[in-house]
Amino acid sequence: MTSAAPSVGVPLAPRPGRAKRIGRSVAYYAPAIAVFVGVIGLWEIAIRAFEVRAVIVPAPSAIGAALVENWGAGRWPLFDAARATLFEALGGLVIGTLAGLAVAFGVSRWANARDAVLPAAIAANAIPIIAIAPIFNAWFGVTNPLSKMMVAALLVFFPVMINVTRGLTQVEPAAIELMRSYAASEWAVLRKVRVPNALPFFLTALKVATTLSLIGAIVGEYFGGASGVIGRVVVQSASALRFDVTWAAILLGAVAGISLYLAVVLLERWLIPWHASVRREEPG
Amino acid sequence: MTDQPDRAASVVRISGVDKEFSAGGRVVTTALSGIDLDIRRGEFVSLIGPSGCGKSTLLRLIGDLIAPTAGSVEVNGKPAHAARLGREYGMVFQAPVLFEWRSVEDNVKLPLELLGMARSERETRARQMLDLVELGEFRGHHPHQLSGGMQQRVAIARALALQPAILLMDEPFGALDEMTRERMNSEVLRIWQQTGTTIVFVTHSIPEAVFLSTRVVVMSPRPGRITRVVDVPLGQPRNDDTREEPRYFQVVTEVREALRAGGGLGGESTGASDDRLAAEGRVG
Amino acid sequence: MQLSPERGWLRRLLTFVAFVALVLVVWEGLKFVGGDPWRGDGWEWHPPLEIWFASDLLLPHIWDIWGALADPVQRGSEQSLAQFLVGAAFYTWREAAIGFVLGAIIGIALAALFVHSRLLERALVPYVIASQTIPIVALAPMIVFAFGPSVVSVVIIATYLTFFPVTISMIRGLRAPDPRALELMRSYAASRWSVFWKVRMPASLPYLFTALKISATASIVGAIVGEGPGGIPDGLGRAIVNFNTQYISGPEKLWAAILASAILGIAFFALIRLGEALTLRGRGLDAGTA
Repeated sequence: MTSAAPSVGVPLAPRPGRAKRIGRSVAYYAPAIAVFVGVIGLWEIAIRAFEVRAVIVPAPSAIGAALVENWGAGRWPLFDAARATLFEALGGLVIGTLAGLAVAFGVSRWANARDAVLPAAIAANAIPIIAIAPIFNAWFGVTNPLSKMMVAALLVFFPVMINVTRGLTQVEPAAIELMRSYAASEWAVLRKVRVPNALPFFLTALKVATTLSLIGAIVGEYFGGASGVIGRVVVQSASALRFDVTWAAILLGAVAGISLYLAVVLLERWLIPWHASVRREEPG
Repeated sequence: MTDQPDRAASVVRISGVDKEFSAGGRVVTTALSGIDLDIRRGEFVSLIGPSGCGKSTLLRLIGDLIAPTAGSVEVNGKPAHAARLGREYGMVFQAPVLFEWRSVEDNVKLPLELLGMARSERETRARQMLDLVELGEFRGHHPHQLSGGMQQRVAIARALALQPAILLMDEPFGALDEMTRERMNSEVLRIWQQTGTTIVFVTHSIPEAVFLSTRVVVMSPRPGRITRVVDVPLGQPRNDDTREEPRYFQVVTEVREALRAGGGLGGESTGASDDRLAAEGRVG
Repeated sequence: MQLSPERGWLRRLLTFVAFVALVLVVWEGLKFVGGDPWRGDGWEWHPPLEIWFASDLLLPHIWDIWGALADPVQRGSEQSLAQFLVGAAFYTWREAAIGFVLGAIIGIALAALFVHSRLLERALVPYVIASQTIPIVALAPMIVFAFGPSVVSVVIIATYLTFFPVTISMIRGLRAPDPRALELMRSYAASRWSVFWKVRMPASLPYLFTALKISATASIVGAIVGEGPGGIPDGLGRAIVNFNTQYISGPEKLWAAILASAILGIAFFALIRLGEALTLRGRGLDAGTA
């Protein structure tokens, strides 16, 4: 836990002034922003200049137009679809995370259980869980959002369970010995050592889980579902050759994914500000 | 050597202790053999010996982190096990083992929380301890912001938080450079004089042992036995000048010769496997 | 446990088998307690409860699924279901594997580029990270529609799904070597090429394998998702979609297809694990933290 420290212990230097910090952030992100603007610009120009068949790869402006046109109602209600899919993803995220946490706490209690369960879970994680989507449609009903939630939950369960189990059990032996020297109970060790130790592991898993929950929801929808969801919009608009709508839908899916991920990053900053990965001097 | 001590003044009483480590029913290593040692209240006793002589094992026996194969260990007139449950000693390991998610002050509060001390009392006591090790102004810092020496001082503050009768220290300054080490030695002596705690100190370093202790227990290589107990008749308080006194060098030579006589210098036993076994808590 | 570390793989295998056995027992156990009536030669068993998903339609008996493997895949077809599924699995695997290899190469190359050029890294890494957060698999039907229902689309999908985790892992891996080792190489005036091959690549192998294990599964998922709605006839994806449509008339077939996918996923994963164990042999790294 305590790693090699500088040979002279001094408090951190005072943080630079606000304006300077913002300036530094901008400079740091400038190349990435330049790339983004450049790619969009080139894309638009290339489509117009070479008159590429807009059917397959529409120009960014066309995608923007489709987005605006279909925002509310209309043939492909993009905003409602995004909301519905996000709802499924969040539901799956909650169910899968809770289940993963429960099993992880249960398994970490007994070292033997952990040695048995962890390899099985890692192997199970290798199964293309997506394939179970049709079964869940049959079980829970094709138009029922629960069927997509369960696919998402299953995808989320494994990384959460595996990582939290590792976090609860991969504790420095010296720390356990320290607690023993204080005659601390197992419960105290859990509360004061294992759980804080497991937090970084949990948050890493959560970051992966947000993506997986969206994948579970959207791909689950590919195999069948109610109309007003991102997955169905993608499939239907693509088969109608309205690729501008398809790309718009995917864009919304991407935005949803990034938002969830950023939410977890914020959670991370709040919960584990002390962790090496969070206290980087450089922004981002 | 030691005159027959008054039982009441013995803080630690080790009688006829053997320690064997076995695996699968067979004895693999005899770490300690026939150890008899009495430590009186207020003493500063060092255990010194070559790698693998079992000094760390002996320290852990006193702390009831492992149990003897034969013989008994009494602390404060009761079995070591009861003393641990009664939280009657503090322990400092070679690594500081601070929790990176807690501030310095919160790290010191750990044993106080385990004892169930009231919040305001915890704060007062923690600050008291940090002032004792002269780290009061760093109490809001996190471990990674401190140097190695400072982290060890926090570990010492934590070990003293419950104001135990005994402080067990296992090569606490082994990872530090020579100059920091000498400074830390003076620190420990100052704390010892201010608190009157009995200290049992494991070390590899002859100068350190002589500088710090009232008595030096010299041990032989595996199976560990006590070769000699050397009284250190240097006055108190000791300081840097003490290190240059002729008597100091005499005692250092005495200890060195005792080590050599016990087979301790030159031709080390196969690695520190005893100490490592003890540190990993492997019980016979 | 009594098995020494070198035989640890055996223990892991046994626990996995034990788990599968447990799953089967629970499966039939649920049907025993709350499924449809069991009928055999002259005997009947009526389960006391009613568990809604334990019916023969929604949760077929294990032996029925097993039996369906021997039956012809379609009425009047000469191929058994088992043969068909093995063929479909291989087909899917080949697509996924090609994409996997391509993705790995691209990923390593990109990571090498980023490690040697901070500017490029700052410009492009945010997108690499962002792509991890978007449901890339959602693009699969798009690509199939764009490039036509062919192996090419699926390979593209698998490549895409592979190269991102590999890039991210390799950026860390190529930077992982002890700075002192790099200093040593500088003292020999070693070229950047030598440093890359002699120091960075070997140090990054554990990271590479961590990413490859994720990518193995991801590439198969990508292949299945690409095949399904896209309409590539020969793979597992299409099989799943078809059997899903025919579910009422033969639920065992869909379950068998899912079983085939599971076996494929685990087999590919185990293959990578094997590669990892052989490549990292003797390093003293804990290969057990899969």
